[in-house]
Amino acid sequence: MKVELEADKCVASGQCVLAAMDVFDQDDDGIAILLDEQPAAEHLDGVREAVAICPAAAIRLVDQ
Amino acid sequence: MRRIVVVGASAAGLAAAETLRREGYDGTLILVGDEPHAPYDRPPLSKQVLAGEWDPERPALRTPDDLAGLGLVLRLGVAATGLRLADGTVELADGSLVPYDGLILATGVRPRRLPGQGGHVLRTLDDALRLRDRLAPGRRLVVVGAGFLGAEAAAVARRLGCDVTLLEPAPVPLAHAVGTEVGEMLTRAHLERGVDLRCGVTVTEVTESGVRLADGEPVDADEVLIAVGSLPNTDWLDGSGLTVADGVVCDEYCEAAPNVYAAGDVARWHNPLFGQSTRIEHRTNAAEQGMAAARNLLDPDGRKPFAPVPYFWSDQYDMKIQAFGCLRGHDEVAIVHGDLTERRFVAAYRTGDRVTGALAVGMPPRVIRQWRQAIAAGTNWLEAVGAREAVN
Ligand SMILES: Cc1cc2nc3c(=O)[nH]c(=O)nc-3n(C[C@H](O)[C@H](O)[C@H](O)COP(=O)(O)OP(=O)(O)OC[C@H]3O[C@@H](n4cnc5c(N)ncnc54)[C@H](O)[C@@H]3O)c2cc1C
Ligand code: SF4
Repeated sequence: MKVELEADKCVASGQCVLAAMDVFDQDDDGIAILLDEQPAAEHLDGVREAVAICPAAAIRLVDQ
Repeated sequence: MRRIVVVGASAAGLAAAETLRREGYDGTLILVGDEPHAPYDRPPLSKQVLAGEWDPERPALRTPDDLAGLGLVLRLGVAATGLRLADGTVELADGSLVPYDGLILATGVRPRRLPGQGGHVLRTLDDALRLRDRLAPGRRLVVVGAGFLGAEAAAVARRLGCDVTLLEPAPVPLAHAVGTEVGEMLTRAHLERGVDLRCGVTVTEVTESGVRLADGEPVDADEVLIAVGSLPNTDWLDGSGLTVADGVVCDEYCEAAPNVYAAGDVARWHNPLFGQSTRIEHRTNAAEQGMAAARNLLDPDGRKPFAPVPYFWSDQYDMKIQAFGCLRGHDEVAIVHGDLTERRFVAAYRTGDRVTGALAVGMPPRVIRQWRQAIAAGTNWLEAVGAREAVN
């Protein structure tokens, strides 16, 4: 599974970081940063939560 | 549970539908929406879409593939017109009856209007495209209502070169929501950009040439945007037996009746974190509450109260405003980081002896996060405000 982030949609809410701290961070302006494009299985639930909760629909999890 | 119906195909309804599938529900899932479009996002409508920066397709909430993967029966372009609780059926505008075992109501709100003819509102993609087509350098736009929506639209219209008049009944815009200090800071930002902001005026009517004020004075305009708040879409629930009082009334689990839940802008539920009945029109709440409602519907024995720290953002000019918690009705505001005049600050809000809210502009995430944390934990005001020295 691969995470895709459209950073130009991000509204800096930080919801993804709360949901999956090992996968997402924010820069000083709050814009999300992808730390790990292909997170290990144990982080996938958190990523799915981030996809669902991101208020900008900026995150996708795609099958490879 | 073999048939779940979700009414309202936007942020809250989609989040509910996706959560049902993620939690393993594999029965029939019907998503009903009265708009013709696939689920799309509203916040960009008063920002990138109005500014003409985004194509109309960009606010789509999911790709067609992602949507198809949910295995939904998508009933778009058809409104729900009635609910028969006793039979467990939803009536649709095309005359069909849709039976359900579980139901999630996510029909959102619609804009309040003003007497008179014409004037724009800004709620749907079609509204945004219509208004965008009318904005061009030198056009005169009157915005009625300087709440977040009206203020965002005013900021975009200025950037497009329009002459903008912003009319607001309160003495200071948004003061009831964010306090006088922050309201005045926002006022200055609009004045500096050349918005003709007029406070303490009430618009009684939209006319052919603009609007008319309560004292009879006309304000001329080419276009009028009415941004004076919204009304929950609950008319179709009249006679259903559900309690409706400025929203569908729910308990702390977001349940309105057995196996019937509500989420998003239309839901009024009891938030145990602040001990009050609230209805919230925030994008993040729509998703979180849609998820919570779906989980509680599927797992009645493991139900969890929905107790979020509300979160809201707004973009105006170069400012990103972020607000957490419950600001309304606060007893005190303190600037706990930065400086209001530089438009880089965190304001903390006290209700009783607790920190209940925070509003930030131009601050890094790590500073903001600790305030969200303090609100979630119900931290004592003196403790939180005193503790700030350590992180400054
Ligand atoms: C222009 C604009 C800008 C915004 N900006 C921000 C922002 O910057 N930050 C923020 O936090 N929030 C913002 N919001 C608020 C945010 O968009 C809402 O909180 C969110 O859209 C609520 O989602 P919802 O699914 O509950 O309701 P809605 O998005 O209103 O969706 C409800 C859906 O149900 C449909 N419907 C209604 N009645 C029926 C019926 N009887 N049958 C079938 N379907 C029906 C509606 O047509 C609609 O498609 C903004 C809103 C607008 C309009
Ligand atoms: S949740 Fe979405 S909008 Fe919020 S910081 Fe993460 S990517 Fe950006």
